[in-house]
Amino acid sequence: MNLTPIQLRRRRGVFSMAILSLASLIGFGFLQKNTAPVTFRFVLEKEWVAIHEWTLDSRSGSYGFSAAALLISLWAFFQFRRDKKVHVQSALGGFSLLMAFMCWAASGKMIPFTGLLQGALLLSVPLIFGSMAGVLCERSGVINIAIEGQLLASAFAAGVVASLTKNTTWGLLVAPLAGALISLILATFAIKFSIDQVILGFVINVLVIGMTNFLYKKLLIPYQNTWNSGPILKPIEIPLLSKIPVLGPIFFSQTIIVYLMYAIVLAIHFSLFKTKWGLRTRAIGEHPTAADSVGISVNSLRFKNVIIAGLVAGIGGAYFTVGAVGAFGKEMTAGKGFIALAALIFGRWSPLGAVMAALLFGFADNLQGILSITGTPIPSEFMLMAPYIATIIAVTGFVGRVRAPAADGIPYSRESSH
Amino acid sequence: MSVELRAITKTFGALVANDAISLRVEDGEIHAILGENGAGKSTLMNILYGLLQPDSGEISVDNKSVTINAPSDALAVGIGMVHQHFMLIPVFTVAENIVLGHEKTKSLGTLDLSQARAEIARISKEFNFDVDPDAVVETLPVGIQQRVEVIRALMYNAKVLILDEPTAVLTPQETDELLTVMKRLKSQGTSIIFITHKLREVQAVADRITIIRRGKVVGTALPSATQEELATQMVGRPVVLALNKKHPAPGRSLLAIKDLTVTDNRGVELVKNINLEVRAGEIVAVAGVQGNGQTELARAILNLEPHCRGEIQIDGENILGRSVSDAIHSGVAFVPESRELDGLISSFSISENLILDVFDKEPYGKKLAMFPSVVRSEAEKRIQEFDIRTQSVTDPVSSLSGGNKQKVVLARELSRPVKVVVASQPTRGLDVGSIEFVHERMIAERDAGRGVLLFSTELDEVFALADRIAVMYKGEIIDIVPATISRSDLGLLMAGVKQVKA
Amino acid sequence: MKNRFAHFWRSVKLPLLAFTLAILSGGLLIAFSDPKVIALWKSPGKLLSEGFLVAIKAYEALFQGSIFDMNLTHKRFINGFYPLSETFTVAAPLILTALSVTLAFRAGLFNIGAQGQFIFGAIGASYVGFHFSLPPVIHILAAIAFALVLSGLWGGLVGLLKARTGAHEVIVTIMLNYVASYFLLWLLSTTTFLRKGRQDPIAPEVQENAQLPRLAGDSFRVNFAIIIALLVAWGIAVLLKRTTWGFQFRAVGANTLAAKTAGMSVPFVMTSVMVICGALAGLGGAVQILGSEHALTAGAAGSFGFDAITVALLGRAQPVGTVLAAILFAALRAGGLTMQANTTTPIDIVLVIQALVVLFIAAPTLVRAVFRLKNVKTTSDMTAKGWNG
Repeated sequence: MNLTPIQLRRRRGVFSMAILSLASLIGFGFLQKNTAPVTFRFVLEKEWVAIHEWTLDSRSGSYGFSAAALLISLWAFFQFRRDKKVHVQSALGGFSLLMAFMCWAASGKMIPFTGLLQGALLLSVPLIFGSMAGVLCERSGVINIAIEGQLLASAFAAGVVASLTKNTTWGLLVAPLAGALISLILATFAIKFSIDQVILGFVINVLVIGMTNFLYKKLLIPYQNTWNSGPILKPIEIPLLSKIPVLGPIFFSQTIIVYLMYAIVLAIHFSLFKTKWGLRTRAIGEHPTAADSVGISVNSLRFKNVIIAGLVAGIGGAYFTVGAVGAFGKEMTAGKGFIALAALIFGRWSPLGAVMAALLFGFADNLQGILSITGTPIPSEFMLMAPYIATIIAVTGFVGRVRAPAADGIPYSRESSH
Repeated sequence: MSVELRAITKTFGALVANDAISLRVEDGEIHAILGENGAGKSTLMNILYGLLQPDSGEISVDNKSVTINAPSDALAVGIGMVHQHFMLIPVFTVAENIVLGHEKTKSLGTLDLSQARAEIARISKEFNFDVDPDAVVETLPVGIQQRVEVIRALMYNAKVLILDEPTAVLTPQETDELLTVMKRLKSQGTSIIFITHKLREVQAVADRITIIRRGKVVGTALPSATQEELATQMVGRPVVLALNKKHPAPGRSLLAIKDLTVTDNRGVELVKNINLEVRAGEIVAVAGVQGNGQTELARAILNLEPHCRGEIQIDGENILGRSVSDAIHSGVAFVPESRELDGLISSFSISENLILDVFDKEPYGKKLAMFPSVVRSEAEKRIQEFDIRTQSVTDPVSSLSGGNKQKVVLARELSRPVKVVVASQPTRGLDVGSIEFVHERMIAERDAGRGVLLFSTELDEVFALADRIAVMYKGEIIDIVPATISRSDLGLLMAGVKQVKA
Repeated sequence: MKNRFAHFWRSVKLPLLAFTLAILSGGLLIAFSDPKVIALWKSPGKLLSEGFLVAIKAYEALFQGSIFDMNLTHKRFINGFYPLSETFTVAAPLILTALSVTLAFRAGLFNIGAQGQFIFGAIGASYVGFHFSLPPVIHILAAIAFALVLSGLWGGLVGLLKARTGAHEVIVTIMLNYVASYFLLWLLSTTTFLRKGRQDPIAPEVQENAQLPRLAGDSFRVNFAIIIALLVAWGIAVLLKRTTWGFQFRAVGANTLAAKTAGMSVPFVMTSVMVICGALAGLGGAVQILGSEHALTAGAAGSFGFDAITVALLGRAQPVGTVLAAILFAALRAGGLTMQANTTTPIDIVLVIQALVVLFIAAPTLVRAVFRLKNVKTTSDMTAKGWNG
């Protein structure tokens, strides 16, 4: 039997899940030395209450959830045999494994479940915006390593402008422009001068780090009151929706930036696969010569998309300052742009895939934060490594080779392609 | 619709690709443009289609001057093109490829493919094309992909259709079908510009012929002209269409392929259970339409294919499963399918390219050390022997013409101890002078007692060189026949039709 | 001779012009971000002259801090060269780390991972340096050897993954840098590595026998590391030009398919190149610890791994160019500290200048337009490749 690449990928996914479930059963269940009660708290603030909290024995919990994951793997295997998708099974299996892990890691402690997820979503916000910027660029054939720079520049711009005007709206409006300005450099040098885009992105990051550090020390520290004490956006509670137990506080009690994010993600996913713009964008990312031969202006569409990507990344940058802490801090994006890049790759260059990966990375980050406070069996540094190691595993093809758009990173010019 | 090109000139650096070319295509005619590889035909057509801008000259359509800055301009005035390298997005469906650039949308800017599907079905039916609008292009055979390009041109109402070397990837039967389609289009009033270097096809369909040599129009002809006349005009001197070749005197077996199967990394068999022998002093040609496993078979002999089963013996010694270097040093000379891709390193100098596979052998190198002066002096000898036209052996190989590049490959491969020569499409893209050089060299190798395995999709080349012909179809050798087989029988074999011998 | 000079001039013209342009742009930034200058916006004449003064002062301090400082000469004239000693102290690890990036470039790989490799070199050297007691010379050699092994393995992993699975080295090295940083943080929290009585992440000082000897007496920090760096640079130049390994590295870098067809083992080449690159960056880390820092800290790698990339790009992936560029950027770094202390100009301007230089070099068209030049060698070493290439 010859399997298609998709089937092969599915098979490897199913088998990895089964192996992980077994490992979890042994590692978190069997090898767990001291068992103690672990408590999950589900109530955060003023949403309607379904259950308050749930306490269970940690070893039984690990056993139970690992076994569940194993059963789900079996279910996924049957789905695979019937040549059906295994998305639902993967999600459920992954969730069970995480629960098994948490039972083990938080043995004898309390996990604020809703707070954990809410924090995870917040930590994912810049990652999601960043990876959407990546999707827009790379689907059109321009590699974007400069996500970090776009986030940092717009975080800076938003913070400074909001501080100078004492108005979050101005900050929120200026941030996308700063992101687009970085995109303008990227687009000009990548498309007009045909420079290697990986090197270019790297250099842009150095430039932005240098500029923001310089201005931070020169202006933002000495004149903090005027330059760096910006106001913060207030969360907007959506009536009724925000009252739903667990989900309400997570999704519907957020700032305007998060709501914008929902809209942008859906818009990008829909546009990329269903519209004329999307068809053309994917075409110039896969085979620009062919797109050119049917009258699509490859480089101007690339230019346009890279600029849009800057606008999108800019909103994500604003999250760091006006969306979260107000004041700008030196190199405050701290490599989030690179995790966004990782999410893009982990999500196989698809918008929803990237969002899933970003959420996963945000979750890992937040779990690490919570566990490092409560104390865990594994050093927090190793949990912080998780997204990076996951990405390496993804690109080495352990769960199916990830493939970039065919023309990603290759400048287009008619003279050189004929 | 008539098209006229007046004094089109286009230069790339020092190279004059088109030198004041003028020609006129009349309404409803099939106008062949005949020329050698590198004569400037494709450049001219890319200018007409707006993919390149001429340095000077003008284009008029129906006697009105037009400016064509981009393919969209060409399409707007009714010029369509079927490209030599298909302009299709592999991961898109047929319908998506066809609407690309001319999308119809519904509300919210969503794509509407329904009209395109209907049109594809209609044209497909009219020309008997059998194209499924929802098939993903990369899963289709090349013949069908070409039809997708034709359908696209027709859907955009092309009144002038440019076909750039359309038969290069087709079987003789598919070629005949295409020629029929061309006549049909002509009868419906479409003008066709037919780019080719194949004389037979020109004679079969063209109404008029313009001959281009080294970027210039050197004459026009009617299809009634003889092949010799056309060839002489195309090359600029009388061409010997048949090579002088002694009777073969095959000796011991130098290359023996036994039960060879090559699979890709998904386990799909690209070469299926092949048995083939090449003896000393003979040329065995592997004929077949491109993409029937020849590339993989050739690479397998050099151990370049990772997933193989079976045995490959060089002079009695099995080399399959060992390293590329082992294959090379057991005496395999390899002329790869693409000079640019894997034959040469374009940024390296000529002298460095001449030692790519012997750089660590004496006298060029020993263990860790290399001896640049020896590399250079040996290179000087090679360029004499193989008549490589260059200023200096330290020039980058990218500065050479296609023919000279191929000579560098030959000089490298044939200057070490060799038992078997494996040559994959060794004359692809070369001008006639270089083709003659390569052919003579192949015959010289044969006469020097080496075994030559030639992979070629060009029937003329196969007939000119082969002592025996192995025909590949879908990864199998479906027959091994003497070189006396008729052209039409060989064509049938290449299409997978094996006749029952009486 | 004249011909050689002309050739030399042609190859340095563009970097020099790009550097000039970057210095000018940096000057503008220094001038117009100064509150005193901004306050003069109403009278353009004063604004310009004040801005000019501010920028000149900053660059003057930069020079003082990197080459020669008159103020230090009142006791002994020779003390005025303290800044130059600092420049070469910084230059040594930078040369080595940049050579790592340069060598990778020549083999067609973009080694963003020098930072992580540097960290592992520093860890290795530090561990042997403080944990063992060995005789002089031998202790240094042992510390360096362990550093080379660790960093070579760390670098080789990248080559192996690329050769075996096709994983793009840029993505892998970006990720591995973070892994290395977190690993270092964790290590410095363990009882083996955390200095007794300290809470902040710092390892014990390496023993005296493991410290690289100073070259110009105890008042100057310049040490044996710079000699090592120059020797290694010469070695890499020979490796690339006159050895079979170098030939293979360059061949794989220029055309992997052709190299493979010619019988070279691409997995072997990629892995061995990355082992050497890792070891080079690791050697940088080792000399940083053994030569100037003497103790491993969480920030030991600073931004060496990233500066190395801009250095390699400015040096156009040539060993000689890399050495010159590294000394130049080391001077900027060393001078930047003095500039930050003496004027109100933050050292981060150096990063801006670095980035601008590379951008300008990468786009020769831009530099030519600014200086209205013809005949500048424009072949870019930074031809683009895609993710899948």
